[in-house]
Amino acid sequence: MKSNFLREILLHIPLLITASICILPVWWVFASALKTQQTIFTDFSLFPKNPNFANFILAWKKAEFGTYFINSVVYTILVVGGILLIASFAAFAFSRLNFPLKNVFYYLFLAVLMIPVPGAIVGLYLLLNKLGLTNTRIGYVLPQINGGIPFGIYLIKTFMDKIPYELDEAAYIEGCNKFNLFWKIIFPLIKPAIGVLVIFNVLGVWNEYMLALLVLSDKHLMPLQRALVVFQGAHLVNYPLLMSGVIVTILPVVIVYIFMQRYIISGIIQGALKG
Amino acid sequence: MKVVNRDNQLDNYLWILPALAMFLVFTVYPFYKVLQLSFVEWDGITPHVKFVGFKNYINILFHNKIWWVSVLHAGFITLFALTVQNFFALMLAVLVDRGVRFGNFYRLCYFLPPMLSGIVVGIMWNLVLNADGLLNFLLNKIGIHSKIAWLAEPKTALLSVAVIHIWKGFGWAFVIFLAGLQSIPRELYEAADIDGATYKQKFYYVTLPLLVPVLVLVSILTVLGTMQIYDIIVTTTGGGPGYHTEVPFTQIITRMTGTSQFGYACAMGLIFGIILLVVSMAQLLVSTIKNKYQV
Repeated sequence: MKSNFLREILLHIPLLITASICILPVWWVFASALKTQQTIFTDFSLFPKNPNFANFILAWKKAEFGTYFINSVVYTILVVGGILLIASFAAFAFSRLNFPLKNVFYYLFLAVLMIPVPGAIVGLYLLLNKLGLTNTRIGYVLPQINGGIPFGIYLIKTFMDKIPYELDEAAYIEGCNKFNLFWKIIFPLIKPAIGVLVIFNVLGVWNEYMLALLVLSDKHLMPLQRALVVFQGAHLVNYPLLMSGVIVTILPVVIVYIFMQRYIISGIIQGALKG
Repeated sequence: MKVVNRDNQLDNYLWILPALAMFLVFTVYPFYKVLQLSFVEWDGITPHVKFVGFKNYINILFHNKIWWVSVLHAGFITLFALTVQNFFALMLAVLVDRGVRFGNFYRLCYFLPPMLSGIVVGIMWNLVLNADGLLNFLLNKIGIHSKIAWLAEPKTALLSVAVIHIWKGFGWAFVIFLAGLQSIPRELYEAADIDGATYKQKFYYVTLPLLVPVLVLVSILTVLGTMQIYDIIVTTTGGGPGYHTEVPFTQIITRMTGTSQFGYACAMGLIFGIILLVVSMAQLLVSTIKNKYQV
C-alpha cells in the first residue's frame, strides 16, 4: 500500500513540472500586462501588488485592439461559414448524387490535402493583386475559405457515407426533392462532423498570420495577429500594452478552451487522424 | 440494382460548382502561375517579364548558401521536435494512460500552448528570454549568473527558437499519442500479464508495435509543420541575429515583399515543396518496410 502511494507521487512529479512549464509563460504574460513600464522587468511577482488593469482599457481603445478584435471575429465567422456551406454542398453531391467524372473531381480535392505546396502563397498574392483584392476584406476571406474546403469535403463526405441510403429513397418516395433531402434530413445528421470542422477552422482563422501579412496593409482591416506584429514593431518598448494586446487576443480562445476542452481536443484529434 | 436517376445528372454539378470554382481560381491558377513564374525574372509590378529557363533553380540549388543554411535551420528544429518533443510527449502520454489521477487536468494544461498562435507564442517568449526576462531572473536565483539575451545571441538563438517551437507543439503530440494509446485493447495487456511480461516487455512488444501508425502520423505532421515554421520567427528573431535563424519561409517572403524577385521566390517555393514531399514520403516508406518485417 505504502509503496503504491509513493509511486503515485513519483509519477506526478514529471507530469506536474511539465504542466507548470506549459502554464507559466501564459500566466506570466497576464501578470506582465498588469504591471507598468517601470516595474515590468523589476517586479518578478506572479501576482503584482498593484495590478494596473487600465492597460487593458488602453489597449482596447487607444491601441485599437477593439477594432482588430472585431475584425478577427468577422473574418472567423465569414471564413468558417463559407467553408461549411460550400463543403457540405459538395460533400452531399459526392456522397449521394451521380454525375460524370464524380470520382475524378473528388480525388482532385483529396490530392490538395496530400501535397504540400508552400510556394502557392506567392501565386495567390499575385492573383489577389491582379483581381484588385489586396487590402480588402474579401481578399483575405476567400483564399481561406478555399483553403478549408478540401478537408471539409473529405470529413463531411466520410461522415455522410455512413448514413443509410434507404433514408434517401424513403424521402424521394415521400416526394422530397434533393435540396430538402440535404437540408432537412441529411444536414441535421452530420452535426458531429460540422462540430469538428468548426473547431478546426475557427482556431486556424483566429491564429492565421501569413496571408494577413501579404494581403492587408490598411490597419483598420487587420486581424489581431497581424496587428500584434505591427504594434510590436512600432512600440517594442511598451511591453505592458503589448502584453495586454496579447491577452485580448488569447482570452476568448482560452475561455472557450477551458469550458469545451473535451470537444476541442477530440475535434483536433479526429481532424489530425483523418487528415 | 441501381436506383433510376429521376433527373438530369448535369444538374448535380451545381452542388460542387462553388467548391470547384474556388478551387480553380484560388488553387489551380496560383499553382500554375508559380510554375510558370519560376522560369522568369520579374519584379511583380512592371510588364517586363524575362524568361530565364532554369536559371532561378540553378541559382538556388548551387549558388545560394543562405537558402541551404535556412533549410538546415528548419531541419535542426525539426530534428529537435521529432526527438525531444515527441519522446517526452510519448513518455508522459504513457504515464497518463496508466490511469494516474488528474489525467484530465494534465491534458488541459498541456494542450493550452497548441491553442495559441505562433505570433502570440513568440511575443510571450520574448518576455521570458529577454536579457532582463524571467529565465535569467530564475537562473540568478538558483545561483547561475546569466545576462544572456537568449534570442539575440548567435550561439543560443536557434536553440531558443527550437525550444519555443517544441513548447508549442508538445501538447499536440501528447494528445494524439494518448488517443492512440487509449485505443489499444486492454485485453492485450491482461494477456501479457498472464504470460508474466514485465512492464518494459509490455511496452516494447505490445504498445510500440500497435502505436506505429500513430507514430508515423505524428512524425509526418511534425516534419511538415516544423519545416514550414514562420510565425514564431516573426515575433522572436525575425531571422536574426545575422542569418542565424533564417528558415525557408522567411527567405521566400523576403524575396517577395523585400527584394521583389517573384520568379526567384516561386522557384524557392517549388524546391521547398519537393523537399517536403520527399521527406514525408521517405518516412512513410521506412515505416511500411519496418512494419512488414516486424516480428
